[in-house]
Amino acid sequence: MSEPHNAPATAAPESHDDHPVEFDSYVRRCAGVFVVVVIAVALMIWTSYLPEARLGWSAKIGIILLIASFNAFIVAGFLMHLISERKMVYTILGFTVTFVIGLFALTLYAMRDFPLHTVTH
Amino acid sequence: MEIPYTVEARPDTGLYNAKVGIWLFLASEVMLFGGLFSAFVLLRVSAEPGTWPHGWQNIVLGTTNTIVLALSAITTLMAWVACKVREFGKFKFFHGCTLLLALTFLCIKFVEYSEHLNHYEIKLTNGDIYDGDMVSNDPARDHVVISGRKDSSEMDLYDLRAQKISESEITIPRSQIASMDNYGPWHNNYLALYYTLTGLHALHIVGGSIVIGYLWGPGRKLWKKDPERFTNRVEVSGLFWHFVDLVWIFLFPVLYLT
Repeated sequence: MSEPHNAPATAAPESHDDHPVEFDSYVRRCAGVFVVVVIAVALMIWTSYLPEARLGWSAKIGIILLIASFNAFIVAGFLMHLISERKMVYTILGFTVTFVIGLFALTLYAMRDFPLHTVTH
Repeated sequence: MEIPYTVEARPDTGLYNAKVGIWLFLASEVMLFGGLFSAFVLLRVSAEPGTWPHGWQNIVLGTTNTIVLALSAITTLMAWVACKVREFGKFKFFHGCTLLLALTFLCIKFVEYSEHLNHYEIKLTNGDIYDGDMVSNDPARDHVVISGRKDSSEMDLYDLRAQKISESEITIPRSQIASMDNYGPWHNNYLALYYTLTGLHALHIVGGSIVIGYLWGPGRKLWKKDPERFTNRVEVSGLFWHFVDLVWIFLFPVLYLT
């Protein structure tokens, strides 16, 4: 079977936001994202090994999750193009974030929702 | 019949239909993993101090998998870029890399699961507790052999990072064993969540690999006929793959580091 060859461009190649796609600029972008991800992972691991006497347990988890969120922002923003998407995508994500916050809020609420006179230790 | 808006954007959404579809699907996926993460938070916060496992995971393997998945996210994006600039050879190369990286991730996950399933906690009739990797568990013999240590109390089993662990080969007569349990999902809440979250994530890796493999293999015929539509398929599969990477970005610190 013959391999499909490079197809003739039927239109100028454009990205989702109608800007021309340049291969080299994406290589640079990806290299940058990869370096940031590696640094973020290294920072998370380093933080997790910090003695708890120096940094409380909850502060440690908070910092680690903050770095993870930053990492996620970089991946979503630059690899999924979320920094320059259409309004429809942001609308879908807005609803999603609202529901996820609601889900977590219900969980946290349920943790403290005991019947009257319940003895907790 | 021609399916509308496979290439050109719909005027009202500004996107081709498959892209709206994948974002709606990803929204439902966020809720799925969100539910499991909230279960994790609930159980983690409710656990008695000192009874939540810490240091049970192999951080080197977890970090390697994080890097592997990050690289695969990049090769997925580059595969899409290659399609956009009409270089099909590069597309094949980058998506081939993605498939290899996905396979690497799954192999490492398999090694991790095997390590856990071969790790045993053994309680003796006199109250002593041993834990370690099973070396010999031949039912024909009257003893088992583990490579592990004796724990002074059950609390020793939880926080492994806080202890200096020296392991040796220990022979335990079967007659003295009260209970013997490996580190499967039935062992405790932490492992139940670990297997559920990472198992579901691994299933997503398998699903994504099948789609990417299809586009790399038989699905590539579309490139000749309609390269723009093929490129959109690559973009949609890529968005799913990036989501899988995003989930791992949170799974890694939550399960391995905290």
